[in-house]
Amino acid sequence: MDRQPVRRMEREIPGVDAVTDFLLELRSEEIPARMQAGARAELDKLFRAQMSAAGIDVGDLSIWSTPRRLALIARDLPEATAAVSEELKGPRSSAPPQALEGFLRKTGLTQDQLEDRDGVYFAVIDKPGRATAQLLAEAIPAIIRAFAWPKSMRWGKDSASSESLRWVRPLSGIVAIFGEELVPSEIGGIAAGFATRGHRFHCPGEITIGSALDYAEKLRACHVIVDHEERQAIIRDGAAKAAADAGLTLVADEGLVIENAGLTEWPVPLLGRFDEAFLEVPPEVIQLTARVNQKYFVVNDAAGKLANGFVCTANIAAQDGGAEIVAGNRKVLAARLSDARFFWEQDRKIKLEDHAKKLDRITFHEKLGTVADKVERVAKLAEWLASEGIVPNCDPALARQAAELAKADLVTEMVGEFPELQGLMGGYYARAEGLPDAVADAIRDHYKPVGQGDDVPTAPVTVAVALADKLDTLVGFFGYGLKPTGSKDPFALRRAAISILQLIERGGIRVHLRPLLFRLSLACYQQAIARAYFERFGKVADVFGAESNDEKYDLLMRLQGIEPRLETDALNPKTAASQVLEFLIDRLKVQQREAGVRHDLIDAVFALGGENDLVRLLARVNALQAFMASDDGANLLAGYKRAANILKQAGKDIVIPAKAEIAGDGEPTIAAPDFAGATDIDKTLLTALDSAEPAASTAVAEERFTDAMAALASLRAPIDAFFDGVMVNDPDETLRAYRLGLLARFTGAVHGVADFSKIEG
Amino acid sequence: MADAAEKKSLSFQDMILTLHAYWAARGCAILQPYDMRVGAGTFHPATTLRSLGPEPWNVAYVQPSRRPTDGRYGENPNRLQHYYQYQVILKPSPADLQEQYLGSLAAIGIDPLLHDIRFVEDDWESPTLGAWGLGWEVWCDGMEVTQFTYFQQMGGFDCKPVAGELTYGLERLAMYIQNVDNVYDLRFSDPVGDVPGVSYGDVFLENEKQFSKWNFEVADTDGLFAGFKAAEAECQRAIEANVPLAAYDQAIEASHLFNLLQARGVISVQERANYMARVRDLAKGSCKAWIDSQSDAWSAKYPGWTL
Repeated sequence: MDRQPVRRMEREIPGVDAVTDFLLELRSEEIPARMQAGARAELDKLFRAQMSAAGIDVGDLSIWSTPRRLALIARDLPEATAAVSEELKGPRSSAPPQALEGFLRKTGLTQDQLEDRDGVYFAVIDKPGRATAQLLAEAIPAIIRAFAWPKSMRWGKDSASSESLRWVRPLSGIVAIFGEELVPSEIGGIAAGFATRGHRFHCPGEITIGSALDYAEKLRACHVIVDHEERQAIIRDGAAKAAADAGLTLVADEGLVIENAGLTEWPVPLLGRFDEAFLEVPPEVIQLTARVNQKYFVVNDAAGKLANGFVCTANIAAQDGGAEIVAGNRKVLAARLSDARFFWEQDRKIKLEDHAKKLDRITFHEKLGTVADKVERVAKLAEWLASEGIVPNCDPALARQAAELAKADLVTEMVGEFPELQGLMGGYYARAEGLPDAVADAIRDHYKPVGQGDDVPTAPVTVAVALADKLDTLVGFFGYGLKPTGSKDPFALRRAAISILQLIERGGIRVHLRPLLFRLSLACYQQAIARAYFERFGKVADVFGAESNDEKYDLLMRLQGIEPRLETDALNPKTAASQVLEFLIDRLKVQQREAGVRHDLIDAVFALGGENDLVRLLARVNALQAFMASDDGANLLAGYKRAANILKQAGKDIVIPAKAEIAGDGEPTIAAPDFAGATDIDKTLLTALDSAEPAASTAVAEERFTDAMAALASLRAPIDAFFDGVMVNDPDETLRAYRLGLLARFTGAVHGVADFSKIEG
Repeated sequence: MADAAEKKSLSFQDMILTLHAYWAARGCAILQPYDMRVGAGTFHPATTLRSLGPEPWNVAYVQPSRRPTDGRYGENPNRLQHYYQYQVILKPSPADLQEQYLGSLAAIGIDPLLHDIRFVEDDWESPTLGAWGLGWEVWCDGMEVTQFTYFQQMGGFDCKPVAGELTYGLERLAMYIQNVDNVYDLRFSDPVGDVPGVSYGDVFLENEKQFSKWNFEVADTDGLFAGFKAAEAECQRAIEANVPLAAYDQAIEASHLFNLLQARGVISVQERANYMARVRDLAKGSCKAWIDSQSDAWSAKYPGWTL
């Protein structure tokens, strides 16, 4: 290895204006790939914090990582900090001596060092500038000690004490050079030096770094590319090229690029082939095996189908060009793929309905019973959603069948090995069995949508099963009070709720949620009771041949004539249903807000209450949003606010219902079409109300919300004219009451569409 | 070229002998396998109990390991219900542990400039031993050949100091070195003069067939359940009698009986966690009793050392 003599330049007293580069390398045993990005951010944060506390401005930082090192280069640091003079005001010179003593203690000065300015003591503390090298020497151990790793450990003989240094893996060396000078520092028995190590196998000896300037290049000469982005580019481009050279196309996978860059200091992508016969296994399985277990890329053929190739990333430039490495990796992949093929073959020997019988061995949740219990509930609900036409054009028998089989793949070997393939494998197995496509698709897709960007299913059978599954989860957990609190949502119920909203919205599913949720809660509750009963009193009903929990429950009812009084901690179904509805509506509000809908408009619609048809709710919000963006909307709102204010000031007892009447809800309404003292302006408003009111309410009833808004818009001119042309608080009390009544009717008409009092502006 | 490499490659037993010589030369006492049925080399008291406490401890040994659920009736080229682990424990973990380990790979014939050796994150945890550590699985051309761990806790107690543990999967390594695709084709020993060598299959194929059948189909589950209970009770008795080594034997026994019950498929998912917790309690109790029995001597010999 090329060892260079260390040149140390003797400098004159460092000036504040002089700037110098700083290099820090923290070498350790292999840092997990997934932690390296976080470690770079942590190093950036801690270095800046240390420097800022020392009064040094830090500009651009280069921070790099490899599996064996974290490196930082700070450019153009001042060589020293400027001297600062700090002035502290103390007690008055006439103050009691205790005050002075306290001040002296605080400042560490004696009384004759204080200045007396007009009867007040001042301490002037000169802080001399400090050499940056010295500040860095103090900062290095502080950074290492404060470094937060997701998991850290102790090692070596020092670990006999609990206080020993912790790091992600053993820390093995520190390079700290300011300019060309060593920054002397030490921690955990490791002293900073000029020496680092190159590639573990290509250049195992020590190499000497001169400064930040030659660091990256010296490492490169020793088979280490320290810049992680450069390694990522080598892998990204090299893997694509290796595939292209063989007439194949790399399936891009940025996560794999980053992971492989985190596993190598000298990445060399290599293409290998596997036995074509393995391609009978579903492509997702091959890709997952290659990716998760081996960190290989997969490749497609010219037709875009998965080909029998893989790209692995070696960490050496092998003497034989990588032939042995490829051969070894091929063998490992072949063993993995033959396992997968074995699962694929074994699983298909058993029909899904027979797999499903084993679901009673899997606990869904200790309170909510087994997966088999869940499947029973979901199948019933999915069938009902179809038979009631809630999910349109859905065959109830298919919905039930799909739901009964949807979870069966959980007990297959393949999903046991690759839980990520749940659903997908069930879909494959269903198709292989010759089940209808609608059923296979529903099994495959019923977990969807699983994220904000995920596809929302629209196939009716899929929608029925997906919706039933998620509703059941939500109701079940709420039924036991296991709802999300704060940031804790261990059962991903918020995710489930949003998926439900997406399914309903996208599918235009018209359902009154409250009765639906009640129905489902009741089913959960009955199962809970049946379970509790059989746990306590044994398998009585089995003697009578009851198979499902439903049957057991029915049997219990018949045996006892009453609902068995058993302690379960399940909530009353009615309460559970209400809580779920509230939760869904809350999520809907959040979702709408995130989609950019004004929160006051959401409130204006939600405040009407009583609505549990989400599709209708959203249509109304959308129409209102459009209306409020128009001039008509803005002016109508102004008119509404004015009317509401007047009514509020008028108070109820002042409104005399001469020809106005108080309706059941306490709002005055105008009954008479004509009134003696009424002006043309009054009459115009009245006529406008007479036509707008029914038009709006009919439109609302028919869910033509835009038309309802248009009907309200027709009130804009008459109400403006009304405020301009007449005095509401007319001295004539009867006329005043009449006009207040008109206004009340106006606000009432508006309320039929949305609660405008919630709208800001 | 390939032929030459194959002729040169070590037989299964020579690989073990080479590792013994390698680690003995680095100060390890070469121990023999523990005489009980265990699931991994870690269960040997030379690892479990001796990784506790302040005394230096450097040993290497082969441990036959039994994992009943991995049995495949001798039909799978990679999976066995009985196989060998090569275990090295170095306490405290030396600063050059990685280099020492790589030296052992070179000793058995793996050239790191021809083969891609990698340290891939894999944190080790043994719920039944109440133990965990951080480290890697070591890959050779994509195949996991060794588990490399810095023990942080054992039996629920901090390891002070930390021990480094290397667990080599001997069959895998041998398959790699000998370039065979089926474990039963491994050369167990080489011919010497007129005496023919034997293959791994010659030695173990029948065992795999019979034990797979016994594990999965034959073993008397009532007897296993009773055995589990008896071991559990005996462990407690031994702890009370202050003979922690004997107590730990019973913890090992209970752990293996639990594995057999699993293979027989008579422990439900719900019960599984419960059984594991019971085994963990036995292991932890034994570790605690071991510490209690030794801590006076440790404190006397290592002033300032605390639990």
